[in-house]
Amino acid sequence: MSSDLGTASVVATPTQPASYQSQSTLAHIIYVLRDNPVTLIAFIMLSVLVVCALFGHWIAPYDPLATDSSSILQPPSSQHWFGTDNVGRDVFSRVLVATRLDLQISIMAVSLSFVIGATLGAIAGYWGGWIDIVLSRFLDTIMAFPLFVLAMGIVAALGNTVENIIYATAIINIPFYARLIRAEVNLRRDSGFAVAAKLSGNSDLRVLVQHIFPNTLPPVMVQVSLNLGWAILNAAGLSFIGLGVRPPTPEWGIMVAEGANFIVSGEWWMAVFPGLALMFAVFTFNLLGDGLRDIVDPRKRK
Amino acid sequence: MNRKISRRSLLKVGATAITASSLSFLKILPASAAAGDVLVTVTGQTINSLDLHRTGTNRASYQVAVNVYDRLVSFGTKEAVGGGMSYDYATIEPELAESWTVSEDGLLLTFKIKSDAKFHDGKSVTAQDVKWSFDRAVSVGGFPTVQMKAGGLIRPEQFTAVDDVTFTIALDKPSKLTLPDLAVPIPFVINSEVAKANATPEDPWAMEYLHKTPAGSGAFKVAAWKPGEQLIYERNDDWAGGELPGIKRLVLREVASPATRRALIERGDVQLSFNIPNKDAKELAGEVSVISTPIENCMHVLGLNTTFEPFQDPDVRKAMAYAIPYEEIFQAAAYGRGERLWGGAAKVDSTEWPRKSPYEYDMDKALDHLGKSAFSKGFDVPFSISLGLSDWMEPTALLIQESIAKLGIKSELEKIPGANWRTAALVEKRLPLHLDNFGGWLNYPCYYFFWAYQHGHLFNSSNYKNDEVEALVDETLHMSVEDPDYAPKIMRLFEIAFEDIPRIPLWQPALNVATNGAQGYEFWFHRQLDIRGLTSA
Amino acid sequence: MAQTIPVVIGVVVISFLLTRALPGDPAVYFAGDAADAASIQQVREALGLDKSMPQQFLIYVGDLLRGDLGQSLSSGQPVLTDLTYRLPASLELTLVALGLSCLIAIPLGVLAATRPGTWVDHLCRVLVTAGVSLPTFFTGVVLIYFFYYLTGWAPAPLGRLDFIYIEPDRVTGFYLIDSLLAGDIETFLGALKQLILPSITLALFTMAPIARMTRSAMISALSSDYIRTVRAAGLSRTTILRTYAFRNALLPVITTLGMVFSFSLGANVLVERVFAWPGIGSYAVDALVASDYAAVQGFVLAMALLFVFVNLLIDLLYSVVDPRIGFADNE
Repeated sequence: MSSDLGTASVVATPTQPASYQSQSTLAHIIYVLRDNPVTLIAFIMLSVLVVCALFGHWIAPYDPLATDSSSILQPPSSQHWFGTDNVGRDVFSRVLVATRLDLQISIMAVSLSFVIGATLGAIAGYWGGWIDIVLSRFLDTIMAFPLFVLAMGIVAALGNTVENIIYATAIINIPFYARLIRAEVNLRRDSGFAVAAKLSGNSDLRVLVQHIFPNTLPPVMVQVSLNLGWAILNAAGLSFIGLGVRPPTPEWGIMVAEGANFIVSGEWWMAVFPGLALMFAVFTFNLLGDGLRDIVDPRKRK
Repeated sequence: MNRKISRRSLLKVGATAITASSLSFLKILPASAAAGDVLVTVTGQTINSLDLHRTGTNRASYQVAVNVYDRLVSFGTKEAVGGGMSYDYATIEPELAESWTVSEDGLLLTFKIKSDAKFHDGKSVTAQDVKWSFDRAVSVGGFPTVQMKAGGLIRPEQFTAVDDVTFTIALDKPSKLTLPDLAVPIPFVINSEVAKANATPEDPWAMEYLHKTPAGSGAFKVAAWKPGEQLIYERNDDWAGGELPGIKRLVLREVASPATRRALIERGDVQLSFNIPNKDAKELAGEVSVISTPIENCMHVLGLNTTFEPFQDPDVRKAMAYAIPYEEIFQAAAYGRGERLWGGAAKVDSTEWPRKSPYEYDMDKALDHLGKSAFSKGFDVPFSISLGLSDWMEPTALLIQESIAKLGIKSELEKIPGANWRTAALVEKRLPLHLDNFGGWLNYPCYYFFWAYQHGHLFNSSNYKNDEVEALVDETLHMSVEDPDYAPKIMRLFEIAFEDIPRIPLWQPALNVATNGAQGYEFWFHRQLDIRGLTSA
Repeated sequence: MAQTIPVVIGVVVISFLLTRALPGDPAVYFAGDAADAASIQQVREALGLDKSMPQQFLIYVGDLLRGDLGQSLSSGQPVLTDLTYRLPASLELTLVALGLSCLIAIPLGVLAATRPGTWVDHLCRVLVTAGVSLPTFFTGVVLIYFFYYLTGWAPAPLGRLDFIYIEPDRVTGFYLIDSLLAGDIETFLGALKQLILPSITLALFTMAPIARMTRSAMISALSSDYIRTVRAAGLSRTTILRTYAFRNALLPVITTLGMVFSFSLGANVLVERVFAWPGIGSYAVDALVASDYAAVQGFVLAMALLFVFVNLLIDLLYSVVDPRIGFADNE
């Protein structure tokens, strides 16, 4: 959950203009991947996730919603690889099918907070002045909230649907993006390439969108990747409190939360497998974030 | 140094919350104080007030009124169905009252108060205290006042302290509900002198004071209370209300996580775990002692709201009743704990309640009934359950959802948080399809029907209205059960309830208690822990 | 300081609006089991919920200025009492967990930074990332299962102190400190034992950002010009690491620590529930589900003030660690 906190752009700030960066980006990526097997593994893990999300419904051996009173709480076996839950549903199928929803929630939430946060941050960073002050105070206010409780409050107030979970997760993430982009834009506002673009007759908006903004993306991408994992954990936490996705929809967080009550009675598989899936996904995004950081880190260039 | 000595001698004495003020007690406890004098219990709920009459006092707090205060009368004890002991609704026993008489016309009840009954501060319990306490219960509003009203206790003028030991209640009409209603937790007797000394013009009933400082005469005193953490009971050695309890102290710990509670009782770190989930009850039965008592006059039901168009058609309601996989639900949600309430005889032949409905799982009949209605193709309906009760509601709802989908009835599950559940289900009565649970404290079927089937009443979450039911409930509510008219009228009520089926009975739930080193647990209708009979094993 | 006042005002307004947006009617919830319309109305009036929103807000702000946070309905206590009792419990847990986390994460981060790109670096990364990838409630239950239920090594997960210990006289509210002040080593150890599992749970979760930040800050410090200069001057490796590089890397690490702290204080909601820890997190969850307005508002306000305070503290720490930085340019 806290992965998004350690990403201030201390080392990951490429202060060079875009033109310099685009030279042999591909070669650089390949170099970094070869240099860093963990990132390579992360990319492989990501593709596993993507395959599960896209084709999980076809791969799943059972209907993830179908209950079966004759096989309740069965331990893992050749028939049910991950066992069955308290109403006889196949845990493997549910874990598999849940991939899509979980990725959906995190991707939607993160893109939403990215779009809103980036817009607000770019405006504040470029124009400054009173807009910047008002916006900064507003973001400070959100940051001052205990974020998880704020998300809980939003979901409790709006009702626990997938959309509202996405909104709540997006809202609590906006300040991180806004601050990051604001700082990056602010840094580049007066840099040579921006001034040059401005002098050659481009409007402020054009300079901001076409010249400055693309340059801020690399450090933000790191944040995005880390945030994806965090968004999944956030949804899982909401489920644990009871404010998650509605049953019977399979979702990792709610499965872990429900299964957690069965661990002490020995039915560990109900929580452990979705827990591992959750860990796998968050792990993937986190490793990916680190890997991306290396890719965008100019110091890594030879 | 004293602290150290007392700590060793007090192994397992539950001294966590004992601060400097209560240390004097610890010092005088004999060094031989055996662990047997002390029990540690866990519960998942929080006690949020020591005064049951206060606005906002939650269910878990009712036990303080039971254990720390006395009432005039109490119920007897009997063997419970399913093992263990239970309160006995059929016998009323003295608690603070030594004896009582009912006048010929049934309108005047006279109580003699035990002369040796004393409050915890040593003051004698007088009729004035009883009067003040009853006046308080009917005046403060909210749940206490409603519950008093059920027994015909409405206005302060009905209560008179004739002298120090004689107390009378004047009724507007005779009712079989009055005496049992005096044995529920609400009409507990408060030390009125202490209370009045702490009352203010804005707070004439000393709500603020009694909220944190009980002033009772009950079997236990509150030694320490930290909401959200624990409550420590300490025995009142001068109790006059009944047999002196076998334990000196009881530590009640609040632990929110059911998994943690289960681990604690299994390992024997606590001696009693109250209200454990059905699943744990089933699985722990061999390891520790588990008592599951079916809750009297209580049912888990599927509510069909008659304001929702498809459910206005009796055939749709019947189709629903035949489409429920009862046995599967009973196993998956109740783990076989409690009593089955389906597959009963077609003809009603007794006033026993809850009773088995004539319905059972039969998809052909369900399709048949649905075919006769205007909704033979099915319909969409939201299916609501309470977040706080998802323990049994969620598996139940899942199985029903899956089964009625075969009738073409598509439902989407909606979990409603606690604060909103009561509003939506009971006050606004706006949930078309929902699970519900109601149990009547006073164990009469007419009382159940009064709350759950009469129009406009709180637990009638189906908005059900039937003129014959209205009339029958009004007639039977205060009627003596010995009256020859009573049984036929009640059986008629059952027939209508099953024919119209606005509430589909699923099963009669059980209250599960696990003990590991404690014995003497007794089930009470209020579903809270009465610790007075507990001893260590 | 001038920046914090609008933040506090914003928090007050938003928390008020948020609680009012919660579904459900507290009057119905707290009127009890068999309440009828009249008694619900009585409760509503008693709670002041029959008044208009602006009126309610003015009353709330008025009370707040007098230092009155209102009464919690679900615990039946004044919110201020609840918070002052529960905040130390949460703080103690969070601080111990953070301490533990730093003890492991900072050396790991330094280790990784000195050998970037090697298997040591990758292993460190995988370890801390695995920790942050698990939901805390899951880790908590698994730890209880192994270390309490199966092996009995850890004490019963029953809050801050086992039954056999006497709660130390309250001075700070931190059991570890209070018991030491009272000179009571047994109680100190008892409180420490209770802290082990929940703080490990939380520490696993907070290691990643700290280790990551340490690593990157160290790498950037080590590759900076002045380190090169120092290295060229022939100073020993340890001296370089400890005196120069680490001291410089400390600044971003402190920032991260501050953020992780205020963040995990709010996020240990879930840990507290699993370990029956009487902290403010579990308090907030219960209050939110019960639409207990005063308790939610009080909690949010307390957290916001704490957040502001921690930020201030970090600013101060900054100037201690690195006197070159003034207050003006910490953006």
